[in-house]
Amino acid sequence: MTKVESEFEGVHLLKGNFAAAYAARAARVQVVTAFPITPQTLIVEKISDLVDSGKMNCEFIRMESEHSVMAALVGASIAGARTYTGTSGQGLLYMAEPVHWAAGTRLPMVMSIASRGIAPPWNIWADFSDVMSQRDSGWLIQLNSTHQEIYDSVLMGYKITEDPEVMLPLMAAYGGFILSHTSKPVDMPPQSEIDSFLPEIPEKGWDHIFLDADRPMMHGALVMPGDFYQEFRMKIHLAQLRAKEKIKVVTKEFKEKFGRDYGNGLFYEYKTSDAEYIMINYGEIAKQMELTIDTLRNEGYNVGMINLRTYRPFPSEELIEKVKHAKILGVVDRATAFGSPTGGPVSSDVRAALQTSSETRNLSIIPFINGLGGRDVFPEEQREQFEILFHVLDKGEYPKNKDLMHATYWTGTIDRRST
Amino acid sequence: MGDWKNICKDKDTRPKEQTYSSWKDLPPIPICFPAHASDTGSWRTNRPVTDYTKCTKCGFCFLYCPEGTIHEGEDGYYHIEYDYCKGCGVCANECPVKCISMILESDVQEEKMND
Repeated sequence: MTKVESEFEGVHLLKGNFAAAYAARAARVQVVTAFPITPQTLIVEKISDLVDSGKMNCEFIRMESEHSVMAALVGASIAGARTYTGTSGQGLLYMAEPVHWAAGTRLPMVMSIASRGIAPPWNIWADFSDVMSQRDSGWLIQLNSTHQEIYDSVLMGYKITEDPEVMLPLMAAYGGFILSHTSKPVDMPPQSEIDSFLPEIPEKGWDHIFLDADRPMMHGALVMPGDFYQEFRMKIHLAQLRAKEKIKVVTKEFKEKFGRDYGNGLFYEYKTSDAEYIMINYGEIAKQMELTIDTLRNEGYNVGMINLRTYRPFPSEELIEKVKHAKILGVVDRATAFGSPTGGPVSSDVRAALQTSSETRNLSIIPFINGLGGRDVFPEEQREQFEILFHVLDKGEYPKNKDLMHATYWTGTIDRRST
Repeated sequence: MGDWKNICKDKDTRPKEQTYSSWKDLPPIPICFPAHASDTGSWRTNRPVTDYTKCTKCGFCFLYCPEGTIHEGEDGYYHIEYDYCKGCGVCANECPVKCISMILESDVQEEKMND
């Protein structure tokens, strides 16, 4: 083993952003375009370093804006390259137009998102409202809870997106600063094993789109209302649904090869098998909630949690199967969906999904919103969320003296009035 | 998959026409053969007309045309493809001997009708 290789193999203490950059290197991405934005910056800096020192072999292009980042990446992907980038918050919003273009062109790319709050007021800390703003773009959206998962999601991402039955881009998001700038041990498999896990990049470009003078084609042109426009949109939705099965298969293969378990790939469970009170949560605060569940279990409460990994495609049937035995359900959002039925994006979707089955139609669902703009969510607050579930189920009424808005609890809000 | 994979074949072996009857046969994205471009010449307001008695065959119009609608003929002169020329006037502006004039399309039509 050469000295250079050892830096990328085995267990190393890595910042979340470095884990993302190392995973992109391990996936042998060929084109990276980037524009630095806090808290994603370290991904770009690390890839720039690796390319500069000859440790990573890819075309690294510094763009003048996020809009250009995605536009250039779309071009590179059409040419048949394996592509990667990362962004955050306002950068993702600025990128929005070509983000939709990438999904509509059915390009397999992976983008890491170090999520941050949307301005104004200016905010750079963990909050998933940025990715949620792109939830209807056609991208596959995953939410990571740990440093290791950041690394693994990028690797699995290429295997999912490059499947001919899927061909949709994927963004994997994790909380800005909380995961992006803290360090944890990350286990990186040997390059040879990663190479054998990932698909080969087709020599003559993707099946459906390519740049080839011998096979010229026109694409992305105008489609009139009477022609197949609606039908191409149907195909994107169909590919999203097919991606659900592909994510399951790839997650299983990943577990067999590298030994790390991400449940069915769509979500993973924590002590739900006999749980009466189930919380659906995602991101780093979901990982922390395991502590709260252990504490409450010791006190005799049958509590459990589903950690939502994949938000798009939304795992409706799979969720119904896992929560139908529960007596009450909570859904925690670290994101906002202003004016939606619950105020939170995931809780709105959970309500809509559980409505489709007679087994879960009458289940009480209590939505929570917390930790916006990087506000700390401590175990005490997560305990308070569970206690609201206990109260609603036992007393049959919503607890008072809390910030309740249209049946949604906003926990951890500031109230310094003297009583 | 549908017939769309035929488009992936090389220029000589791909079919002459693509036809789809159902969304199930469609490729993942709208693709077509590049020859099927629109008749963008109909957008033109002013038509560039070359006075070949003054033209020096320098090729500036060919180099500057942003749409690639000017081609060198066998006679060495440069000819404008009016099916695709949008009438931007860049050629007339760049011509060093000013032999290209921009004529209102309506005047060209009238001239034709008078003929």
